[in-house]
Amino acid sequence: MSRFFTWIRAHLVVLAGLLALAYLVLPNLVVLAFSFNKPVGKFNYEWNEFSTDAWTDPCGVADMCQSLSLSLQVAVLATVGATVLGTMVAFALARYRFRGRSATTAMIFLPMAMPEVVMAASLGTLFLNMRIPFGFTTILIAHIMFCLSFVVTAVKARVMSMDPRLEQAAQDLYATPVQTFLRVTLPLAAPGIAAGALLSFALSFDDFIITQFNSGPTTVTFPMFVWGASQRGIPVQVNVIGTAMFIAAVGLTVGGQWLGNRRKATA
Amino acid sequence: MSTLTEAAPPQAIPPDSGQPAGSAPRTRRKLTPYWLLLPGVAWLVVFFAVPMLYQGSTSLQTGSLEDGFRVTWHLATYWDALVEYKWHFVRSFGYAATATLLCLAIGYPLAYTIAFKASKRWRSVLLILVIAPFFTSFLIRTLAWKTILSDGGPVVGLLNTLHVLDVTSAIGLTSGDRVLATPLAVVCGLTYNFLPFMILPLYTSLERIDPRLHEAAGDLYARPFTTFRKVTFPISLPGVVAGTLLTFIPASGDYINAQLLGSPSEQMVGNGIQKQFLNVLDYPTAAALSFILMALILGMVTVYMRKAGTEELV
Repeated sequence: MSRFFTWIRAHLVVLAGLLALAYLVLPNLVVLAFSFNKPVGKFNYEWNEFSTDAWTDPCGVADMCQSLSLSLQVAVLATVGATVLGTMVAFALARYRFRGRSATTAMIFLPMAMPEVVMAASLGTLFLNMRIPFGFTTILIAHIMFCLSFVVTAVKARVMSMDPRLEQAAQDLYATPVQTFLRVTLPLAAPGIAAGALLSFALSFDDFIITQFNSGPTTVTFPMFVWGASQRGIPVQVNVIGTAMFIAAVGLTVGGQWLGNRRKATA
Repeated sequence: MSTLTEAAPPQAIPPDSGQPAGSAPRTRRKLTPYWLLLPGVAWLVVFFAVPMLYQGSTSLQTGSLEDGFRVTWHLATYWDALVEYKWHFVRSFGYAATATLLCLAIGYPLAYTIAFKASKRWRSVLLILVIAPFFTSFLIRTLAWKTILSDGGPVVGLLNTLHVLDVTSAIGLTSGDRVLATPLAVVCGLTYNFLPFMILPLYTSLERIDPRLHEAAGDLYARPFTTFRKVTFPISLPGVVAGTLLTFIPASGDYINAQLLGSPSEQMVGNGIQKQFLNVLDYPTAAALSFILMALILGMVTVYMRKAGTEELV
């Protein structure tokens, strides 16, 4: 018995860490389990009986798959927009000293240090006052706005840790500036750009607060659909989508790491 | 988000490469950063900074949707909003602070385990498990807590057997045999939702610590806890500061957990802003509320960062 307690004491930190991990993962497991539920009422909160109905008919609920496709479209466009604009800003901040540099840094930092609801309400107020109708465009504008800063931080960190001598070496070997950029700079910065893009996609796809304040009656994104459903009755298919997203995310990260490891091994 | 703490190594910005350049290319080079900045910064100015100012002016307007709003310097809006929503503010900051402390208490052991106790292979598995929930709709995950904490469910049953609910009821965190629709449920949801924002900065700052420092402390007869208190924790302080900010700021503006897991008496400022903006259509009040929220948060963050003494966040 005393050996048991010694063991517990020696592994206390790890045990606490694993408990924390359980706390993090538990809701995902519940979402997974309840995607196989056949609920009694409209709400899928209590276990009734096992069924694969939702998995065989994921789009069986009115409007859900439309909202999913709208979310994907917004997320892809917002990712492209934020990544292009953010990468440019990141290169300027990492590579040049210029007047207004610290003001720009502050401007990039502020949206990340602001509660979402404040940005959401203020942008919504602007659109209202300018009589710009809420819809796809306003959602896209808002998403690019709040994803931009995250791309800048991700890319900037990467560019600043790059060895500038590699580009000088390319130029010494008579590469033109364009060739240097395309063959040396861009491949070196790629992991940072990819991280920023991935983060934008996740943030945009999952965004609810800013979208709720800046979307129109016909543009219902997937999180907005879930929100509405949480008040009227939640179809099991929502859990199917949630689980599929989780699996896809794990698959992508594992695949990405595996690719990265292989690259390192061959390099 | 982890990038917030990834302080870039101090590195000289490469000087203009020593190519012979006439005056025309040189001015072009000088302008290059501005061309690179222009689209991104313009986007932020038009869709972030200008709306903030606009909101300031909206909060001073009076009128109605039919007759239009005009700036009348009606400062009473602020006073009325504060009076009406004072408990919302108290709850927002109270819940957010509690959730932040819980995140630190729960997140630190996990970040520590990943950084020091896990083998290289396990380390990436654990990191994936921390990040992956990020990619699942957080609304769905928050709704899952409704199942986990449901009345008569295993969690509530266990807490009842251990008499935890008696204690939490006594201090007003829960009421009776319920966890759902109480402050405890909202704090639990907030803690859960923002935990990765705490773990990732903690991990990045812990991961940089040379394990030999621990050995050195041990060689100098420091007990494990002393090593932690005198070596590990001080070095990880930037991660703690970044993590607490990344948790506290979004948590204090959140209204989803209060809406989905709480009852009307757990509503936070975010719920007030949302209601005024989307249902009541009282834009001046919504603007005043978000202005007060923003000012309070900025004030607290500034004081906190002064105290913590780390300003290298970006």
